[in-house]
Amino acid sequence: MASFEETGPRNPVTESIRVDKVHPRARFLDNARAIFVLILALIGLIPVLAMGLTAFKSRADVVAVPPKIAFEPTLEGFVFLLTERSQLSGTKLEEAKANADDLGLFGQIALRNGQRINGPSDYVTRLWNSLIIAGGSTIISVVLGLFAAYAFSRFDIPGKDDLLFFILSTRMLPAVVVTIPLFLMFRQLGLFDTHLGMILLYTVFNLSLTVWLLKGFIDEIPREYEEAALVDGYTRFQAFYKIVLPQAATGIAATTVFSLIFAWNEYAFALMLTSNNARTAPPAIATMLGRGGIEWSAIAAGTLTFLIPVVIITFALRRHLLRGVTFGAIRQ
Amino acid sequence: MSTVIKSQTDVAKVRSAQPNPRRDLSDKAIRNIFIFPTLVLLIAINVFPLVYSLYLSFTNYSAIANKQPVWVGFENFGRVLSDERMWEIFSTTGQYVLFSVALQLILGFALAMLVRDKFFGSGLVTTLILVPMMLSPVVVGLFWKLMYNPTFGYVNYLLGFSNPSLAPDWLASRWAGDPTPGLALWAVIIVDVWMWTPFVMLLILSGLKAIPDYLYEAAAIDRASAWFQFWRITLPQVTPLMMIAILFRTIEAFNKSFDLVMGMTGGGPGTQTEVVAVTLYKQAFQGQWQTGRASALAYMVLIIIIAISNLYIRNLNRMKEGA
Repeated sequence: MASFEETGPRNPVTESIRVDKVHPRARFLDNARAIFVLILALIGLIPVLAMGLTAFKSRADVVAVPPKIAFEPTLEGFVFLLTERSQLSGTKLEEAKANADDLGLFGQIALRNGQRINGPSDYVTRLWNSLIIAGGSTIISVVLGLFAAYAFSRFDIPGKDDLLFFILSTRMLPAVVVTIPLFLMFRQLGLFDTHLGMILLYTVFNLSLTVWLLKGFIDEIPREYEEAALVDGYTRFQAFYKIVLPQAATGIAATTVFSLIFAWNEYAFALMLTSNNARTAPPAIATMLGRGGIEWSAIAAGTLTFLIPVVIITFALRRHLLRGVTFGAIRQ
Repeated sequence: MSTVIKSQTDVAKVRSAQPNPRRDLSDKAIRNIFIFPTLVLLIAINVFPLVYSLYLSFTNYSAIANKQPVWVGFENFGRVLSDERMWEIFSTTGQYVLFSVALQLILGFALAMLVRDKFFGSGLVTTLILVPMMLSPVVVGLFWKLMYNPTFGYVNYLLGFSNPSLAPDWLASRWAGDPTPGLALWAVIIVDVWMWTPFVMLLILSGLKAIPDYLYEAAAIDRASAWFQFWRITLPQVTPLMMIAILFRTIEAFNKSFDLVMGMTGGGPGTQTEVVAVTLYKQAFQGQWQTGRASALAYMVLIIIIAISNLYIRNLNRMKEGA
């Protein structure tokens, strides 16, 4: 029976799974379906591809009508995005052209437009802020979430279900609803527009996710392992540290990445609770258009640098995706 | 041999029956230490602000004025409810939520049915389909703004509009130069659907995969038609997950529509795409900084969201009992 289930033809049969032969029509339909889905997926990714193309277009190619599919790729967009430039003229331009060999790749690209690079742009600072804030908050929220998840998974806690639901519900609050009082609080405490304030906020914002996800992962580790360790004389903390943590490693990794992505993508809080010092990349990209001669190619370049890590992570995490986006409420 | 094992289990039994009081205490202590920081942070940064803004919603207060909040009772709520612009904005938000969630549900279901059975490379293709939902909504909004550009955008090009003066200008709600109200809202809804259909698909797919085969086998023996099988087996079996998908999406449509709309239109043209989250932002952080009134509006949004979630959850529970 079991061997039949493993080897028997299951998928391609259309009407009844009790038929042993695969009808040619069923096989054809199956292939047609696969191709159809592939085409749908590719159509769905057109915007992402368009953005990728635009990032490597020159200023003129971006606004070409109709949009160019084939063009000469250039890193102009990235240069515009990442550097602060000034226009050169007359003798200075000649001088700069004479010394062009000393310039780096970005410098030469800027020179082609008659510009000299003065230094990194604001956007580089914004990216750094994003990295610091997303990284810092992720580390804290995963560590705290791990402790809380372990406690929720292993100990009797009065009102456990209500507490867990409360933790989940904090995530469902619209950002704008909490931001008004938070803005006043942060201003009072001197946390407005600081890295510390944003790290704290994102930590809390992600705690509901980390607690729920990690609780799910820890629930799957048999209690007996720790109980055996306790009998052998381990303390509770040793058992947690030496038994549970290594077992939950995959889950912790997945949780870390999810929390990193959410913090990395966050826009509303950052827009309202930062101004210049701690502003992260998403609100910066959104307000970049039309300021200081920033072009679409630069926006596209910024978007692309933002999207690539997320796309890679999506692939790396595809087994845990369902859990991650439903806070561990649903497991595959 | 057997006696040795017996004595060991006895020891274990004694230990678990009469736990070492010191270890029991330390377990409790560890439990509290482990949970404490999380709860404190949640209360400080989520619960306290909510209470604070409840107070603010009953006051006349502006965060940039140098004055203390003045208690005004229900005036803010009355003003919000009697403001005709507010009703327009709620109607826009309602349309946005209704249409985007409905479309996501239909398309997500269809997609899930398509990728339900494995085929060569189905894992890869499914992951490709899932990419949009992992992206940052505001960045998505921004790059769709480029896509929708009336002259050099890809959307009009792919739809075959070669003459820019005859083509729709999506985000300005103009079709060949004529104002076409609703176009911008639909443009935003399309992006929301593009971004979140994968999420609905993922949930429904997990529901489909959990349906036991024997249900279909039994139906096949009874010579039930494919149509009948769909209505009587597939649909009822995935309904709970569908409800969860709708719940998540409805709440998120209130939340994340902010990022998307800000990235694409900022609420324009006029107030055509202004969803309530954008209004809140504008009231609280721009112009007059009407903190008190914005708090009142925020509370009303919160109540709507809680009411909708309650309705869904109750429905979900009833369905679980019925099944």
